Amino acid sequence: MKKIISLIMVVAIMLCMFVGCGKTEQDNVITMATSADFEPYEYYENDKIVGIDIDIMNAVCEKIGMQLQPEDMSFDSVIGAAQTGKADIAMSGITITEDRKNMVDFTIPYTSTTQSIIVAHGSAITVKADLKDKKIGVQINTTGDTQVTEEFGDAAVDRYQNGALAVESLKNGKVDCVVIDGEVAKALVDANEGLEIIADAYSIEEYAIALQKGNTELLNKINGALEELLADGTIDEIIAKYITE
Amino acid sequence: MSFKERFFLNFIKDERWHYLTDGLWVTLQVTFFAVLIGIAIGVIVAAIRSTHDKLIDKTRSPFAKLILKFFNTIANVYLTVIRGTPVTVQLMIAYYVIFVTSNNKVLVAVLAFGINSGAYVAEIVRSGIMSIDEGQTEAGRTLGLNYVQTMFYIVLPQAFKNVLPALANEFIVLLKETSVSGYVALQDLTRGGDIIRGRTYDAFFPLLAVAAIYLVMVIGFTKIVSLIERRLRKSER
Repeated sequence: MKKIISLIMVVAIMLCMFVGCGKTEQDNVITMATSADFEPYEYYENDKIVGIDIDIMNAVCEKIGMQLQPEDMSFDSVIGAAQTGKADIAMSGITITEDRKNMVDFTIPYTSTTQSIIVAHGSAITVKADLKDKKIGVQINTTGDTQVTEEFGDAAVDRYQNGALAVESLKNGKVDCVVIDGEVAKALVDANEGLEIIADAYSIEEYAIALQKGNTELLNKINGALEELLADGTIDEIIAKYITE
Repeated sequence: MSFKERFFLNFIKDERWHYLTDGLWVTLQVTFFAVLIGIAIGVIVAAIRSTHDKLIDKTRSPFAKLILKFFNTIANVYLTVIRGTPVTVQLMIAYYVIFVTSNNKVLVAVLAFGINSGAYVAEIVRSGIMSIDEGQTEAGRTLGLNYVQTMFYIVLPQAFKNVLPALANEFIVLLKETSVSGYVALQDLTRGGDIIRGRTYDAFFPLLAVAAIYLVMVIGFTKIVSLIERRLRKSER
């Protein structure tokens, strides 16, 4: 009896291992690493990831005859997922920077945005220059994080897991302001009372899709599709659907 | 990039190793003070619980019974709530809900991890106290010691020896659990590695370095504990 049980156990364990190995490598599926806490670019609605990036990529996939499969992870890991090839593409409101270009290949930019500064009503911060000697909340490893760290030093920055937690700390007075991507800032201010975005933007930057270095075949396909979608106004339409000025 | 270049990029350039050393210092601070709070809470709660279990049937005074029951209930609620929820959630509740006005992240983390660890220490210490044969207590009482004296001079020293391995285990777990401190924007060792990873987009070096540092700390701690255990065994036979 004991032998039979242990045999069953061994078989069960081996089965588990095989299942673990069997990563579905379908040819016509593009896996997309994204951090779905970045409204309106990617966020959850009714248990599904939606947003500008998802819609744009779906349009791209339609053009190149593939299927999109978004995978939600911490923004922290998104670029790493593309770099190591764990995901085919990374698309999560990723800004093109020189450092990141060393690690991944970027497509052409599909939209541009600002880094906005969120403050509480009646804050002393009204222009960018006021940020000096203030405590600044950011989302960890976003360009807001790297830019602010470079300008004001490590001690001035509080790094949160996502924008919502950073804003929570702003409301509680633990930080003086939050620097985060413009559209996300708007969504956060809409969802929280007593906050506002100051007119002075922190910086301007461009979003693109990141791929593993050397994956030129897919890169060229996506670039081609993006060019068409930019030219015929599809991307503007998608953005207008989510962002109403 | 060669091995050397990547090492340079991850640790030397822009003095990135500072993220690791500063983070290590935070991790050590949080762990050390959380352990102290954990022991304090743990011993008190264990004393309440085991006193209740030992005396509830023996005492005849209804007032004493009421007091014992009252404190035992509080201790039980504490154990249930703390052991029934994840430490990450407790830490976030402490930072974003309870200590809303506190800007001292290390202090909040120390309290959150200390209160969490206290629950586990309490049950470990209680198991130690209950493991000591009833005859030891009876012998103490026969010699004219009162309950507290018996506890302090006879039961607890023997119990301590029994629970030391389990306690050491709990503190190793605590040390590693502090790696979720990043959720409240506290830059501990793990978060330090994360920041380097976010700057260099290299997962390999920062993660392995962080893992190695934790490992070295735990090995050192285990060594100290085994020395104490050997020292304590000298009194046997």
